[in-house]
Amino acid sequence: MHTELWSLIIEKTIFGVILLAAIMTGAAYVTLAERKVASWFQDRIGPNRAGPLGLLQPLADGIKFFLKEDMIPKNVHKAFYLLAPGIAAIPPLLIAASIPWGNQIELLGKAIKLQMIDLNVGILFIFAFASIGVYGVMLGGWASNNKYSLMGGLRSSSQMISYELAQGTAVVGVLLLAGTLSLDEIVKQQDSLTKWYVWRQPIGFFIFFVASLAELARVPFDLPEAENELVGGYHTEYSSMKFGLFQVSEYIHLIVTSALISTLYFGGWQIPFVDIASNSSFIYGVLGVISLLLKTVFFIFVFMWLRWTLPRFRYDQLMSLGWKFLLEAAFVWIVITAILVLAFPWYKTWF
Amino acid sequence: MLSEYLPVVIQLLIAIGFAAFVLIVTHILGPKRYDPIKHDTYECGVDYYGNAQRKFAIKFYIISVLFVLFDVEVIFLYPWAINLVDLGWQGFWGMFVFLGILTFAILFAWKKGALEWE
Repeated sequence: MHTELWSLIIEKTIFGVILLAAIMTGAAYVTLAERKVASWFQDRIGPNRAGPLGLLQPLADGIKFFLKEDMIPKNVHKAFYLLAPGIAAIPPLLIAASIPWGNQIELLGKAIKLQMIDLNVGILFIFAFASIGVYGVMLGGWASNNKYSLMGGLRSSSQMISYELAQGTAVVGVLLLAGTLSLDEIVKQQDSLTKWYVWRQPIGFFIFFVASLAELARVPFDLPEAENELVGGYHTEYSSMKFGLFQVSEYIHLIVTSALISTLYFGGWQIPFVDIASNSSFIYGVLGVISLLLKTVFFIFVFMWLRWTLPRFRYDQLMSLGWKFLLEAAFVWIVITAILVLAFPWYKTWF
Repeated sequence: MLSEYLPVVIQLLIAIGFAAFVLIVTHILGPKRYDPIKHDTYECGVDYYGNAQRKFAIKFYIISVLFVLFDVEVIFLYPWAINLVDLGWQGFWGMFVFLGILTFAILFAWKKGALEWE
């Protein structure tokens, strides 16, 4: 019993540290990708000084963040001011740990599941921690004791909670079909191209995607950081790595949300026409991880693409869309899905 | 049970450790030069007045209260959703009435002007 417990702790700790390193590297390179994509859209070159093609730029940025002055403005509420970036960074890391990044790989004669936190209430867990992310933003905005920060924090938190509602409601469509809250099970059910839930849940997917855009506060919903109105929003008063943590958490959240969309609607680590689930060899496990990463990268690109294509919403338009349209649409979609599931059993089994 | 939730604790510790490590290291590495103007509140270079932690629009409170109400009800849908096939049409009509009441509640808040931002 004790050796079992210890081997579990050691396995999960190693997994967690590797995941942290991978996700931080990923977040760093997503910042570079964002700048490169922006430069392509605007017909300029983008960062190209640090290393070949600018590939060492994230490293340079990271070092610079650490070496900048860690300034604490004199009017802030010190405890909450210091706590806020930490609180902002923790939830995305926990959500990242509960996404199935792959099926399993065999290492040293032991089958290792590529999902650190496998709960039977996985989706509930993810939404619970996504809500906690609001505290970091709100505390940061309030503790800064700056009117722009406070406005940014308020806007941001009420936007996040409003769209979280639509997001949480849209996902019920998938739950009706899957009959489980476990992300691992949901992926395993989408074992062929036609069984991807996006085909049976197009409207649910659309609502989820729009709500995710708003959750991430990305264009066209980037009001919390509307720089021409609010300076920098809730992180105006932050410098050095305290600001860095806010930014990193934002990009981790971007990666994690893209991975979640792929997992719920696009088959997660499944590859069309390749049976990964029943094949436990190392190479198949790695192929699964690559499959999910490709889907994730695609959605990250879509998010960036939208950023350089759409103008920004006005705040009242943003709140109207969330409360007066998306939420009601999600309710109607739940009723339609429930009727389809009950009246036509083939809708659940599909082909 | 334990093997399911233990990783949550481990990952929470890793995440807290990471955040604390970053905040402490950046505090040690960076230079520290106090300047009364630099350390003052930045509001676009305009002299600020008063304290920022004061009254703000009630709309934000209303939205958060509505969120709490509806979020609880959305979570109520989850167990129903995963058991719908077993519950059958009776379960469907039960939830149909529930969703109807929810929609009525939104329409009520809408009509009362809780969702207006002008």
